[in-house]
Amino acid sequence: MKIVLGVFAATFVFSASGLHAADAPPGAASCSGCHATNAAAETPVPKIHGRPAAETIDVMTEFRTDKKPSTVMNRLAKGFTEEETRAIAIWLAAQK
Amino acid sequence: MAQTRRSFLTTSTALASAALFPMPALAQAAPRVVVVGGGFGGTSVAREIKKLNPKVSVTLVEASPTFTACPFSNLVIGGLRDLKAQQFNYDKVRAAGVNVVIGTAIGVNASGQTLRLADVTLPYDRLVLSPGIDLRWDALPGYNEAAAAKMPHAWRAGEQTTLLRNQLTAMEDGGLVVMSVPANPFRCPPGPYERASLIAHYLKTSKPKSKLLVLDAKDAFSKQRLFQNAWKELYPNHLEWVSLSAGGKVNSVDPETNTLTTDFGKQAAKVANVIPPQRAGRIAELAGVTNQTGWCPIDPVTFESRQVPGIHVIGDATIAGAMPKSAFTANSQAKVCAAAVVKLLAGEKPAQPKLINTCYSVVAPDYGISVAGVYEPAGGVLADVKGSGGVSPADAPADARKTEAVYAEAWFRTITSEVFG
Ligand SMILES: Cc1cc2nc3c(=O)[nH]c(=O)nc-3n(C[C@H](O)[C@H](O)[C@H](O)COP(=O)(O)OP(=O)(O)OC[C@H]3O[C@@H](n4cnc5c(N)ncnc54)[C@H](O)[C@@H]3O)c2cc1C
Ligand code: HEC
Repeated sequence: MKIVLGVFAATFVFSASGLHAADAPPGAASCSGCHATNAAAETPVPKIHGRPAAETIDVMTEFRTDKKPSTVMNRLAKGFTEEETRAIAIWLAAQK
Repeated sequence: MAQTRRSFLTTSTALASAALFPMPALAQAAPRVVVVGGGFGGTSVAREIKKLNPKVSVTLVEASPTFTACPFSNLVIGGLRDLKAQQFNYDKVRAAGVNVVIGTAIGVNASGQTLRLADVTLPYDRLVLSPGIDLRWDALPGYNEAAAAKMPHAWRAGEQTTLLRNQLTAMEDGGLVVMSVPANPFRCPPGPYERASLIAHYLKTSKPKSKLLVLDAKDAFSKQRLFQNAWKELYPNHLEWVSLSAGGKVNSVDPETNTLTTDFGKQAAKVANVIPPQRAGRIAELAGVTNQTGWCPIDPVTFESRQVPGIHVIGDATIAGAMPKSAFTANSQAKVCAAAVVKLLAGEKPAQPKLINTCYSVVAPDYGISVAGVYEPAGGVLADVKGSGGVSPADAPADARKTEAVYAEAWFRTITSEVFG
């Protein structure tokens, strides 16, 4: 799948609210409820922050279309459109 | 996407609110946010605001220096976990730059924008309430605070959890345990059934002649098919569920005799776990943000009260449409509310959010199930995103149940380390 990163450059704005990172796109902040951002946290749930966006998009697409089985991700991935998934993946890639 | 009239109204409310509560001019002090409730919602929102904009001064008001988490407290009741594993303090929250005040909020002056504690008054530009629930001592005849010392609810974790656990261990084999479950809405919809499972597990393994009777004020409940399949398989002799239409609704209790009364008669219990009806934590009512239901209507984009501008409400206290009252929900709402508050303080427009909830339930040590959902504002409330969410498959093999039990525990560790670590 070809990903057009340029479209999302617009989300990386420095606004009057003083945010120094892009605003999290819809849904992205909820992922860390299960996917630890803290590298020290011991968990069998795979790390998704700081991962190349293309990888995340591919797996999320497989979850959404039931090509890849999972315990919970199929049910969650279906809550996001292709475009939303892409925005989340790009934002996640920029997180430490 | 077509903009509905409701979502237009929502947006204009948010903008009007931004105009009413503008960011202080640059020459003035940093904008001040005060948060009430250092639980899953409140602690998350305090830290998230600080993370999004370190210039905002954030004060978190919490009644107790130690937080005892409800998720996984059913494992303590079932003898599978220590209460200490449920307890957290605020050291790391302070280290993250949040000013933590241990004390009870007793009043809000909404027009003067101040929160009152016994010995101090805190001014705010925006106030966020995440007070969780209060138990209604006026709703079930016979059940009040004194009765709870004999017939524990254990619906706020801590001493009550230990009390119920101790009553179960002290009970003679052969004793009857009775649980009373309220009508909707209440904190953690699958919680009573997870608890029933783990009490049954304890009885089966340690008091095999005993039994648990669940008296329910409802005919249907969260993950019902999954729970009932598991009960049939694991606890056929140790758990009986009585629905509303089968006479399960408890009308009154008597702590003197440890008796629960339904339309069909009296049921004496050796151990009685009474989960009473609930409402938003008291400070919400004092702030004027509850309606006649006892819960708080909110704008689904900003979580600002529909009744009092400048006050946001998140977590169990809210009327959140399709989102259940869970720790996961409270944390997810906290992140959306934090982003909105930061925007509003800057005079900007908050974005349309999406939120997630997942509630795991542990039915036995190696047996986990889940319900998951994705939500968005629609028609003025938080609605399910069509085609998403749902429960674990009914026909999942044993190893999938085992994996979900592992993920359940991993979720608890991850979320508590994000909130308190
Ligand atoms: C048995 C059980 C099992 C559960 N299991 C799960 C689960 O597996 N997964 C899940 O997601 N959820 C679970 N939950 C639900 C979860 O505990 C709640 O939904 C969650 O705690 C809600 O967060 P909150 O911030 O709204 O309230 P809370 O976490 O309760 O926090 C409220 C805080 O506010 C403080 N407070 C209240 N009023 C004041 C005041 N006036 N001044 C100062 N401080 C005040 C309280 O002391 C408390 O610390 C369970 C609940 C129970 C009872
Ligand atoms: C309820 C917990 C939970 C939430 C919330 C959650 N995930 Fe997951 N995620 C998991 C689990 C568990 C797995 C392992 C697969 C499975 O069994 O579902 C996983 C796997 C993944 C994977 C595959 C990683 C790999 O290396 O195979 C990706 C990508 C992913 N999640 C992305 C996301 C994104 C993006 C979000 C937020 C929109 C999210 N997840 C929210 C629990 C969660």
